[in-house]
Amino acid sequence: MSAVLHPGGHDHAHDDHHHAPHGWRRWVFATNHKDIGTLYMLFSFTMLMIGGVLALLIRAELFQPGLQFVNPELFNQFTTMHGLIMVFGAIMPAFVGFANWMLPLQIGASDMAFARMNNFSFWLMIPAALMLVASFFMPGGAPAAGWTLYAPLTLQMGPSMDAGIFAMHILGASSIMGSINIIVTILNMRAPGMTLMKMPMFAWTWLITAYLLIAVMPVLAGAITMTLTDRHFGTSFFNPAGGGDPIMYQHIFWFFGHPEVYIMILPAFGIVSQIIPAFARKKLFGYASMVYATASIAILSFIVWAHHMYTTGMPLTGQLFFMYATMLISVPTGVKVFNWIATMWRGSMTFETPMLWAVGFIFVFTMGGFTGLILSMAPIDINLQDTYYVVAHFHYVLVAGSLFALFAGVYYWGPKWTGVMYSETRGKIHFWGSLIFFNVTFFPMHFLGLAGMPRRYADYPMQFADFNMVASIGAFGFGFMQVYFFLCVVLPMMRGQGEPAPQKPWEAAEGLEWEVPSPAPFHTFETPPKLDATATRVIG
Amino acid sequence: MSRISPWLRAGRAGLIGAIAWTASVAHAVNDLPGGPAVRQMSYAKPATQIAAQMDWLHTVMMVICVLICIAVFGVMFYSILKHRKSRGHQPADFHESVKVEIAWTVVPFLIVIGMGAMATKTVVAQKDTTNADITIKATGYQWKWGYDYLKGEGEGISFLQTLDTSHRAMSDAGQPAGDDYLLKVDNPLVVPVDSKIRIITTATDVIHAWMIPQFGVKQDAIPGFVRDTWFRADKTGDFYGQCAELCGKEHAYMPIHVKVVSAADYTAWVDAEKKKMAARADDPKKEWKLPDLIARGAKVYAANCAVCHQANGKGAGPVKPLDASPVVLDADKGRQIAVLLNGQNNGAMPSWKALSDTEIAAVITYTKNSWSNHTDQIVQPADIVAARK
Repeated sequence: MSAVLHPGGHDHAHDDHHHAPHGWRRWVFATNHKDIGTLYMLFSFTMLMIGGVLALLIRAELFQPGLQFVNPELFNQFTTMHGLIMVFGAIMPAFVGFANWMLPLQIGASDMAFARMNNFSFWLMIPAALMLVASFFMPGGAPAAGWTLYAPLTLQMGPSMDAGIFAMHILGASSIMGSINIIVTILNMRAPGMTLMKMPMFAWTWLITAYLLIAVMPVLAGAITMTLTDRHFGTSFFNPAGGGDPIMYQHIFWFFGHPEVYIMILPAFGIVSQIIPAFARKKLFGYASMVYATASIAILSFIVWAHHMYTTGMPLTGQLFFMYATMLISVPTGVKVFNWIATMWRGSMTFETPMLWAVGFIFVFTMGGFTGLILSMAPIDINLQDTYYVVAHFHYVLVAGSLFALFAGVYYWGPKWTGVMYSETRGKIHFWGSLIFFNVTFFPMHFLGLAGMPRRYADYPMQFADFNMVASIGAFGFGFMQVYFFLCVVLPMMRGQGEPAPQKPWEAAEGLEWEVPSPAPFHTFETPPKLDATATRVIG
Repeated sequence: MSRISPWLRAGRAGLIGAIAWTASVAHAVNDLPGGPAVRQMSYAKPATQIAAQMDWLHTVMMVICVLICIAVFGVMFYSILKHRKSRGHQPADFHESVKVEIAWTVVPFLIVIGMGAMATKTVVAQKDTTNADITIKATGYQWKWGYDYLKGEGEGISFLQTLDTSHRAMSDAGQPAGDDYLLKVDNPLVVPVDSKIRIITTATDVIHAWMIPQFGVKQDAIPGFVRDTWFRADKTGDFYGQCAELCGKEHAYMPIHVKVVSAADYTAWVDAEKKKMAARADDPKKEWKLPDLIARGAKVYAANCAVCHQANGKGAGPVKPLDASPVVLDADKGRQIAVLLNGQNNGAMPSWKALSDTEIAAVITYTKNSWSNHTDQIVQPADIVAARK
């Protein structure tokens, strides 16, 4: 700490071996934003693998009609836990990991504002994740009510439901702490000259996301607490047998759930907004409008939740209001896509792996956006609600959206984290393999949904067999590509195998993270850097 | 690009190979009229005016989305091909334009408002459940549908709709067969053609959803609440749907089958159904003999209990066995009666009070005298009548 408090006497060159703890203490007692960022990312990759194995078990069962491997009860546990683990264990923590690593570097801060709370918010996730995964071994198996945990089905679940609720409370607390940390860091610790409107887009999108998290995580906590008291303490919030309203649960859940999907995509927008200009060798088009569009999406996300509930039998006015409001969200989202393309337009583009992922993101995410527009139209949605069309739609935005952007970010900033360049050939194999298998997996699901195959089905009529088989083949290919990514890209980088990374590996990348050596030293910006007028270079 | 293209080609070859292989091992199956078609890639074939409007809206939306896609991605891919460093393209310097930003905010805004306006009429029509010719209550149970004809021709008819048990067995065996696999039920819902049918949905345990894609109808069935929807079928025939809201382990096994018949056929069906109901009505005061009641109970058991407790009474997983169960063997008949009437374990064992007194008496008698259970106890319908009070 003294090094941080008395920065004057230190020379930057010595920082990386100054006060750096070693062995397990370095990680368990970690207060350094870079170490905690690394922990977050390794954790989320582990959860991605666990959630992925569950997905492959689901796809194995659905490879052919008829029950081959699991019974329907276990199948429902797989779908439920796949959703919970991917949303709360993989995607959200991965973005927090990026925030930890990159935000202080991007805004010229020495660390996150609350270093010990940072440690706490990471280590809270471990018991929560263990509890979630261990629920498979509890009496009656894991929760099987779907990741949305709709009442009153949750009231029929075994004791694992309580473990799941407790785990989500802990994960929620961790998220809220992470968000507070991010907001305070961004608002208070920017280097002099780094005004809000000069901040990198990733910082902007995370600032907005952090506010969303603080607003909605307590709402989820409320919903699942009421579920808990309905289960054990005789209340009847959602239990119709005692006069409760199961639809109220859905309103509360989706009031959390819809902003939640933007929580998982806005930081992805931020990553892509940084990569596209770097490889187009041209400034981001419409920076200010990008900021306003992000804020508009965040605000609108609070008034569209009931488009998940068109078939619950809302009154006509409700149906119309939520239809129009939902359609409006496509306006700021469209603005973002247009701005990215305008950034590429008449640039001088090269297609290293981060750029491939970013362009792949724009292409495939936009398709998910269009299916979202189709789903938002209430009359059409009546036939598509709770079918595979919805499954296809949200995997297009969550896998091809959030996950692809995360991969883009790993390739873009990985050299800064590890000090070595990844193999460009392997990166491209990973990209093309993932892109193709992703589409083989999820594109046929649109057809299944249009034909009326309901989601969360362990078995299905024979007419759906062929597209299910194609989807299963794609899923195994996609899973294999991520194992390849870990073994052939991530591990070599972590072991330092590969060409040493220069301080700025990308010709036209901008931002303060490229002003420090690669790998980034343990302590950076211990004294506030002096910035140039654009707040992208350190001038002393 | 030269380094990437072999991979692209390999990927494409793999994809085509996968599809060819899939086609060769596919099961022999045909389109199911009124249900899904083999490899169906389009929106449900409409059988009502509403569904036709939905189909039209979907087509229009698809056309608009594809056109926008072509325009936006056309620009993007043109840029990707032309504006590359390897072709010596120098970056331009522009990076903002308020006019352009306003244009691509206002134009999409107008487009989506136009889309909403197109759909509004259909939303209003879907919600108008007034002036129905026939009103039917559809009740979701774990895991079957119950129908009560409340108003209009056929008033008073009521029956349950369950998946054909042989289909559930085929599913377990992993040996599916037939064009109506998982869609075949014992009692289809019969309605007349060209009549406005109002479906009131509710449920007794958890949320289910009643849907027929070709009618453009999907409505959650919510315990403790009633909701409604409607359809007016244009043509006669069989139409199929499945439960669309996760409702527990047998979620995939509670299909919906609606048989649309001509007005004359409907009247004939109603007459036949009423006669059957009169014959079926059991006198709860009747004193049954043990073998008769066991035989009756075996049918009730197969239709309601075997799905969880299994035909051999041994249960499965969290479902408790009935074979050698202390509750079943107990000399106090009241214990088992209470479980059936009220349910147990938070509804994991649901309440069966919707069954008739005779049915409950029969199934209890059956379980008390089947498998290794040899109690020789008999529970008469009158016992159930007494226990209900």
